[in-house]
Amino acid sequence: MHIVVLTKPVPDPAAAAERLGPDGRLDRAASPSVVNGNDEYALEAALKLTEAHGGEVSLLTMAPAGATDTMRKALAMGATRGVLVTDPALAGSCVRSTVQVLAAALRDLTFDLVFAGADTSDGGGGIVAAGVAALLRLPYLSNAARIEPDPVSGRVQVRRITATGYDLLEAPMPALVVCTQVLGEPRYPSLKGIMSARSKEIATRSLGDLGLSAEAVGGTVATTQLLGTRRPPARGATQVVRGSAEEGAREIVAFLESRRLI
Amino acid sequence: MPAFWVIAEHNADGSLARISAEAATLARSLAAAAGGDSEAAGIVVAADPGHAAEQLAVYLPRVVAVADAAAAGHAWAVLAAERAAAVIGDAPDAVIILGAGPDGRDVAGMLAALGGRGVLVNATGAAWDGRLTVEMSVFGGKLITTSGFTAAGGIVTLRPNTVTAEVGPAAGTVERRSAAGEPSIPLVAVLDQVAEVGAAAPIEEARIIVSGGRGVGSPEGFDLVREIAAELGGAVGATRAAVDSGWVPYSQQIGQTGKIVKPQLYLALGISGAIQHKVGMQTAETIVAVNRDPDSPIAEFADLLVVGDLFEVGRAMLVALRARSG
Repeated sequence: MHIVVLTKPVPDPAAAAERLGPDGRLDRAASPSVVNGNDEYALEAALKLTEAHGGEVSLLTMAPAGATDTMRKALAMGATRGVLVTDPALAGSCVRSTVQVLAAALRDLTFDLVFAGADTSDGGGGIVAAGVAALLRLPYLSNAARIEPDPVSGRVQVRRITATGYDLLEAPMPALVVCTQVLGEPRYPSLKGIMSARSKEIATRSLGDLGLSAEAVGGTVATTQLLGTRRPPARGATQVVRGSAEEGAREIVAFLESRRLI
Repeated sequence: MPAFWVIAEHNADGSLARISAEAATLARSLAAAAGGDSEAAGIVVAADPGHAAEQLAVYLPRVVAVADAAAAGHAWAVLAAERAAAVIGDAPDAVIILGAGPDGRDVAGMLAALGGRGVLVNATGAAWDGRLTVEMSVFGGKLITTSGFTAAGGIVTLRPNTVTAEVGPAAGTVERRSAAGEPSIPLVAVLDQVAEVGAAAPIEEARIIVSGGRGVGSPEGFDLVREIAAELGGAVGATRAAVDSGWVPYSQQIGQTGKIVKPQLYLALGISGAIQHKVGMQTAETIVAVNRDPDSPIAEFADLLVVGDLFEVGRAMLVALRARSG
């Protein structure tokens, strides 16, 4: 079983240092970079499945050239190899370009399943995976709480979380699955994993390698543009109440009444 | 002049999803602002779209109801994207609005790929100013961006509670169509639909959220959170720590790897307010926190912080609320 996991390096949300550069794009030097949190859940799910069924996990990343450092962290968790699509023309790419590039890179790979995280902590859109599935005409199974591939029948079953419970979905492989945190917490890389990640292969691919050009995808043909930014209105000062539980409760109720919330 | 389209989502019982009433209200106001012959219209795709279509027509002058028998046994997003694309056609100035929840995202991603359209995600506001401008909250709420499409139109996913749903001046027309043709994206079979006990209304849509964190300490501890939520008519939320401990289902998780919510009231019980949780709830209109530690991060962005034990304050609050409602 071969699983490709889409992973994206993002600014570490815990550092809370994200900012835009003068070009209106994310200033990648301002923040330490980490593997997107939701992608780690997808990677963990992929590793568990290949441990159970045999096979390998590959990473696919579209990012600036420096992303290999972040990819090593995901390789240290147990992925076998990585593919980094990187090209100066991709800076400032919109969703449409990202979808086209990832789809083109996947066309060159062999896989039974593609896994993606629910969304990214920087872009937050949660729509790229659906676009990739649509372009590649892959069965698309999202919001997964459980993933059960059957290598014998060549089909995969997924529990898709719904508002009232879950739907049990089934599709032939290859298929694309969007993972959720319910699949289980990502492991920490072992020391051995960290050591072995240093020598794992990260193949880099340019736009030209994928048969794409900067006239078709990337920053110059972006479908969206930033028009302006502003700071959110500051919250007022915090009113702090100390005293007995009853006093605290009374203060809360009075406060909610004053704001007409009850 | 552009057409503003809403692709409506429906609930399990076939009724219109609340987010789609909000999206429809936004589409109508944008069409009015754009003027000329701008049109606001909706699309419902379902095995039996009638009920949701009638409900959507309360908000929009025109609704296209596409009956697709395949929707009864297959995942909805592919059918919604393909049928909507057929209705909308390839007009580059179409503005397509969907909810920013799981279903809306799936359809938005597919539509973007099928039609090569741009997407602006998680809109917290949208306006017409000679062109469509869309506001988004980014970087964990530190910055609000305004963006537009480079083409005349595109796809917008809308955060719940961004727009207040308001019915239109007159009920719109419902145009019934049957789905035609095989979708180009493979259909995914739904073998079973399982209802789970304790599944709650989508937390993104709640007006009031009462949320518990690690400090709640146990699954039983969440009984108090649930009681307070019920008394306030709100939904139960939780931090990742509480969800990872198995006290609350993942569907209720708020924060970086969970939901982003914008309720009128967020009552945080035993929640420290670490950045991973803060990014999911800091745009709540009012934040009230109960926490033992007056120096916890939430002290910096709550409107009201009661320093104390969440169980003691919570129980006293229940007493006070019940006395009040008599």
